[in-house]
Amino acid sequence: MNVIAQAPSLSDFGHDPWWLVLGKIVFAFVVALLGTLLGVWFERRVVGRMAVRPGPNQLGPFGLLQTLADGLKMAFKEDILPKSADKVIYFFAPAISVICAVTALSVIPFGPMVSIFGHQTPLQVTDVPVAVLVVLALSSMAVYGIVLAGWASGSTYPLLGGLRSAAQLISYEVALGLSIVAVFMLAGTMSTSEIVAAQGSTTELTLFGADIQTPGWYALLLFPSFIVFFISIVGETNRPPFDLPEAESELVAGFMTEYSSLKFALIMLSEYVAMVTMSAFTVTLFLGGWHAPWPITIWSGANSGWWPMLWFFGKVILLVFVFVWLRGTLPRLRYDQLMRFGWKVLIPISLVWIVILAGLRTIDDWDTQSRLYAIGIPAGIVLLAALFWPSRKAAPKPTLAEQVDNRPPGSFPLPPLDLQVPPSPRTRRMVAEREPANAPAGQDSEEV
Amino acid sequence: MNTSTLLAASGAVSGGEAVTFWILAPLALAGAIGMVVARNAVHSALWLVLTMLSLGVFYVLQAGPFIGMVQIIVYTGAIMMLFLFVLMLVGREASDSLIEVLRGQRIAAIGLGLGFAGLLGSGVYRATQGSTPLGLEQANAGGNVEGIARLLFTDYIFAFELTAALLITATIGGMILAHVERRKEDKRDQVATMKARFAPGNYPGPKPGPGVFATSSSVATPARLPDGRLSDRSTPDILPVRELTAEETTLKGTEK
Repeated sequence: MNVIAQAPSLSDFGHDPWWLVLGKIVFAFVVALLGTLLGVWFERRVVGRMAVRPGPNQLGPFGLLQTLADGLKMAFKEDILPKSADKVIYFFAPAISVICAVTALSVIPFGPMVSIFGHQTPLQVTDVPVAVLVVLALSSMAVYGIVLAGWASGSTYPLLGGLRSAAQLISYEVALGLSIVAVFMLAGTMSTSEIVAAQGSTTELTLFGADIQTPGWYALLLFPSFIVFFISIVGETNRPPFDLPEAESELVAGFMTEYSSLKFALIMLSEYVAMVTMSAFTVTLFLGGWHAPWPITIWSGANSGWWPMLWFFGKVILLVFVFVWLRGTLPRLRYDQLMRFGWKVLIPISLVWIVILAGLRTIDDWDTQSRLYAIGIPAGIVLLAALFWPSRKAAPKPTLAEQVDNRPPGSFPLPPLDLQVPPSPRTRRMVAEREPANAPAGQDSEEV
Repeated sequence: MNTSTLLAASGAVSGGEAVTFWILAPLALAGAIGMVVARNAVHSALWLVLTMLSLGVFYVLQAGPFIGMVQIIVYTGAIMMLFLFVLMLVGREASDSLIEVLRGQRIAAIGLGLGFAGLLGSGVYRATQGSTPLGLEQANAGGNVEGIARLLFTDYIFAFELTAALLITATIGGMILAHVERRKEDKRDQVATMKARFAPGNYPGPKPGPGVFATSSSVATPARLPDGRLSDRSTPDILPVRELTAEETTLKGTEK
């Protein structure tokens, strides 16, 4: 298969006629809108199945038109502007979110070079040498939409949601950026189309005498980065279990509490478009982009023409399913847990992994023996340190008798610990005070 | 990027670049002025965001896509967001007051600012007028990002590392100043908290609410316990318990 010839490089961009550019932009926009329409339906259906109920199934086949109906309904509802809202910012905040989410799709490669009406053109709106940074910049600008929506609403719950979202998104952006660094190191480029092309080459692995073609996907080569990246984008898109800015059990609906009608629809739209965009971004960076997965690569035409777009969207849908799966499975994190996880787990793992990867890249062209030394000595030191790391001896658990003795004075009386029922003191008293049986009748004693 | 690099290197301004510049330059200027003029702190920050975004696009126009994107990610995305975070904590209603403390300082500031901008602008204009940009093509020869990386890790490695050390020191200093760390053994877990709550001498239930009487709905009014005494626990610690006069404490017309 001629993968390399099909993969576009940076020089293939910028030669399209205006109608082709317009067509690609419209296509990316339609992908975003359709992704929202189908994404909401998909999420409700899947979560429904996970909760053992059918989900929306009335409008259209399989309830497919439910989202459309909901969207139309939202457009015709009354648009409420809170009295204490900051009007201009309240109006613009949802638009910022939507614009940032949709624009990020412009640097996502949907497929390789194809021929459209005789023009050889890559299936991607545009590509720049810093395309990955463009997506990062847009996702960091999208935070403004949420934060400003929360602030401009002029009430408490949205403000709390906005504050939470500001801190959360900044924290998870750091982990996100660090996990992408590993991809840059391996691919040697920041352009999305070239990152996809770099994942096209397969490596031969000889396992048990059989040659296995492993894909050069960075999800396999850079597994820790992939995991950190995916967790970070779940945090970055405010999806459960990181949906603290809109935690409906604590903050009503978080930053969008005061929004209604079309503005609310825009916020919903931006959220689902961001989910699709970030899934597409993950596919591009880690899952080989439009490259066909393993069993399909047996067919030599799998990576040419329009077919790759199918594999691409298949992978995107798979990732969207994972997003929904997470929502259906995991409970929401507490805020301090979220912050601790971001700063004390994700970021250190990313940093250590980058250092290890840089080391591995450095010794790549050494001879075998020095490479063994370079890997073996640090690994041995780490192992020894782990082995001899002083562990704190747990304090012996006090026995029951000690615990009872150590109770402060005036504590609540305890029942006997040997489970022997003591003779009631009252019985003894009653026996002592009982009048003799031969007492004269009619002389009633008082009740004891 | 290639076309823009070539154009910038030759000193010519392409049509697209000129159009973008003349659209964004007034916006950047409006952002700067708006930042100074806006009375609400958050509006002020947003005007500054506009200026920073325009600057980012200018960098991209000048064949520096990496620095442009970093400008947007770091300055607009992270630093201004932190500013906003703090401003939002301050509260929505916080606005500048219009009362002039120093007489005439506003006019003086405007005059001095305009004068300084004029001096700086004319100086830069005079200095760069007629000069042709050189070496952009060589600087961007192996790619813009690679060029910056090579410089950072060769010629400017010490400056780079020193800046990093300075920033880390500042961050850690800030954390130490602001962070109150309790020792591990001082931290109470859930079990210890509950034990302390039910320990003898501590009343485990919620505190009684303040008393509400016909004459007062103040939180400073202490509640009455079932035996008629007043409870100190019902009023906030910062409020003094209200001294009731003898007249107030006697029962009203019921003991005859």
